Amino acid sequence: MFATLSDRLADTFKNLRGKGRLSDADVDATAREIRVALLEADVALPVVKQFVGAVRERARGAEVSQALNPAQQVIKIVDEELVNILGGETRRLRFAKTPPTVIMLAGLQGSGKTTLAAKLALWLKDQGASPLLVAADLQRPNAVNQLQVNGERAGVKVFAPEPGNGVGDPVAVARASVEEARRTLHDVVIVDTAGRLGVDSELMQQAADIRDAVRPDEVLFVVDAMIGQDAVNTAQAFLDGVGYDGVVLTKLDGDARGGAALSIASVTGKPVMFASAGEKLTDFDLFHPDRMASRILDMGDMLTLIEQAEKTFDQEQAAKAAAKLSGQGGDFTLDDFLEQMQAIRKMGSLSKIMGMLPGMGQFRDQLENFDEREIDRIQAIIQSMTPGERANPKLIDGSRRARISKGSGTQVSDVNQLVDRFFEARKMMLSMARGGGMGGGPGMPGMPGMPGMGGKRSKAKQAPKKAKAKRVSGNPAKRAAQERAATQKGQDQANGGNPFGVPADSEKPNPADFELPAEFSKYLPRK
Amino acid sequence: MGDYLYLIIGIAVAGVALLVGLVTTGVRRSRRRAASSVDVLSRPEPGVDEEDRLRDPSTPTLERPEPAAGRLVRLRDRLSRSQGGLGRGLLALLSRDHLDEQTWEDIEDTLLTADVGVAATQELVDRLRTRMRVQGAGAAPVRQVLREELLNLVDPSLDRSLNVSRSNGVPGIALVVGVNGTGKTTTVGKLARVLVAEDRQVVLGAADTFRAAAAEQLTTWGERVGVPAVRGSEGSDPASVAFEAVRTGVEQEADVVLIDTAGRLQNKTGLMDELGKVKRVVEKQAPVNEVLLVLDATTGQNGMIQARVFREVVDVTGIVLTKLDGSAKGGIVVAVQRELGVPVKLVGLGEGADDLAPFDPEAFVDALLGDPV
Repeated sequence: MFATLSDRLADTFKNLRGKGRLSDADVDATAREIRVALLEADVALPVVKQFVGAVRERARGAEVSQALNPAQQVIKIVDEELVNILGGETRRLRFAKTPPTVIMLAGLQGSGKTTLAAKLALWLKDQGASPLLVAADLQRPNAVNQLQVNGERAGVKVFAPEPGNGVGDPVAVARASVEEARRTLHDVVIVDTAGRLGVDSELMQQAADIRDAVRPDEVLFVVDAMIGQDAVNTAQAFLDGVGYDGVVLTKLDGDARGGAALSIASVTGKPVMFASAGEKLTDFDLFHPDRMASRILDMGDMLTLIEQAEKTFDQEQAAKAAAKLSGQGGDFTLDDFLEQMQAIRKMGSLSKIMGMLPGMGQFRDQLENFDEREIDRIQAIIQSMTPGERANPKLIDGSRRARISKGSGTQVSDVNQLVDRFFEARKMMLSMARGGGMGGGPGMPGMPGMPGMGGKRSKAKQAPKKAKAKRVSGNPAKRAAQERAATQKGQDQANGGNPFGVPADSEKPNPADFELPAEFSKYLPRK
Repeated sequence: MGDYLYLIIGIAVAGVALLVGLVTTGVRRSRRRAASSVDVLSRPEPGVDEEDRLRDPSTPTLERPEPAAGRLVRLRDRLSRSQGGLGRGLLALLSRDHLDEQTWEDIEDTLLTADVGVAATQELVDRLRTRMRVQGAGAAPVRQVLREELLNLVDPSLDRSLNVSRSNGVPGIALVVGVNGTGKTTTVGKLARVLVAEDRQVVLGAADTFRAAAAEQLTTWGERVGVPAVRGSEGSDPASVAFEAVRTGVEQEADVVLIDTAGRLQNKTGLMDELGKVKRVVEKQAPVNEVLLVLDATTGQNGMIQARVFREVVDVTGIVLTKLDGSAKGGIVVAVQRELGVPVKLVGLGEGADDLAPFDPEAFVDALLGDPV
């Protein structure tokens, strides 16, 4: 895991605290950091140079800002520039006046064209169109087959007159497909072509021939989000060879930072139109430039985190756990703890998730050293307990402890530690929950009892929350009043006692109104 | 009501879990989590052992693949098409009379655009700088210096042989892994041809039961050279298919079993666990001799993360660098080799069936620099 840009910049500016304006030397130091950060994110070098130049210009003339320190100020500039390039133009698919609309896909081998064809077809179908998939990839063994299976899954008709595996003429197939679509009254034709390299002039010519044969309304360039510096060459080669109107970024569900999006958008000026993120046919959507910006910079991406959480969490379960935490619906037991832990694990590696939380950057080192298998051990210990013990860990005495440690293959002291820590953690969470947000009580009563953690970790938990508490109300008296009101009204509601200090006066917080601290909210889409 | 809030509470709980994990010290168990893991994606639940079909290997006209030896030399043209710019560009820059800051920056840029990565680039440039300064620009044959340093970069000392011979009465087993779309199935197909050319008995295992038509693709590859492919039905448990493949290999007294797996992104915990399971299950019958990670030459810095995660899960023993015939340089393998010590063993240089070559550092570097004038 590399240090994020914000960490690096914070480091650069460590000695400059209190300085309002950026000197030339500061700007140069910053420019270097931005350059490295962008290169690590696979943004192509010429684009990096141009971009850094632009940022440097703006940073030099930047106004002294009251609200932001120099690092934040620079990041804001970088972020804005990124969104500018990425989101310069958002465009919808162009549909032909007289159907069928022809969409052609082109790209390197293995960028995900065939899968994408089916996803696009499904997406269009859901919007009321009636697409026809055309198997014009006759090169790769069984590509035709793959498209047929995918088409079937999407419930879309596939036109595949040739068996493929090197047999047949893709240009003829493409030409015939448009006729076929007219005959069978399909209003969109999606032509899947074989993967080809930008340097292969013969195959590029073939792609151009296919294009001339079907005269597509949209040519989409499909590119893998993992692509590195070669993105510009390839993008340019395809632009010269076939020409395209939009870009589709695939495999965005991986952890590549996707600098290619920036490179291509900035070199070719063609907008990224769609993003494909997942193996299911429904994992396909329009592209969000602002999120991509945060991703390239590897900033905490709360929005993605929330979305992921939404996908993986069982809402009922989470609600139950939350209720328990706030003191209703029984105790928060080790069983609940285990459930939550497993749900979290489903979202991906823990260090990744923690990395997505803003403000965690300072614990990067600890996160990096963290062994995910520790979680497995904790799980093993809990699973070695009887249901009774899980519900009431106080039961656990010496002999039970010995049994549990044997069952889980750990030491007795590990079991001990786990139980102790669980109690402490629970106490802490309870007190947080009761506090109705951190504004309520100064300090966290549970915290001193967390041995071995050092004050640092507690700060990690505290810092973002404090910022939020401020948003409740600047006026302490008013806040106290709000809290009192909330306690009276909403004791039976779990969200009244939310540990994260949402404005207490909103009884039923609407997700749309949910406010993040200032540092995060700027990474969210602006309304 | 406030669904998000509950989710965030959940995250808080995870935070606590992490804290507990961080402070709990003790013996680390090296074994991966057992099969109790919950699948993240909506992959079909692993079914019970499906009837595995064994394809009839008898096809009338079998192709005769050409031997692997010397392939890299034959493919040198193609290699220098993609890589030539890199080596020759560096050579031209270093041969300048006067090496000023701008030149060094250009050298750095050349390496960066080859996806070598920031850290590796800086190291190489620093070493070149020192050597050029010590020897005096123009005095030493620049070509020689560059050749040595580049060779150093690809590290010729690593063992690059493919260790897939039959031993102890069981076939050698190679597992091919990687993220989606890097060319795993194609690599397995081509590798089978290489082995057939060396007169070895090969059995293919189509453990990619997820992607539509992946098993057919592999079977097609196998049929061309008369190699049987063991396959399960789509959506069946890949570990069971791999197990069957190895069993078939043992029964038929084959020399090598090549197992193709489904592409998986390294950040999908469930899928990575599944891969770990495939390896564990196979090892019940015979040790896995080679785990080949297929990396696409176009991959950027994410390749490093891929290599790291895959190594953690299945202990990668070698890298196959594919699609090197394009304009991409595949410089990321330099970083991977440096940091993880996993050598590049094979390179894919084109769409032709016999365009997979063993990696030879010296021939590779020579192709980079082009012919001496």
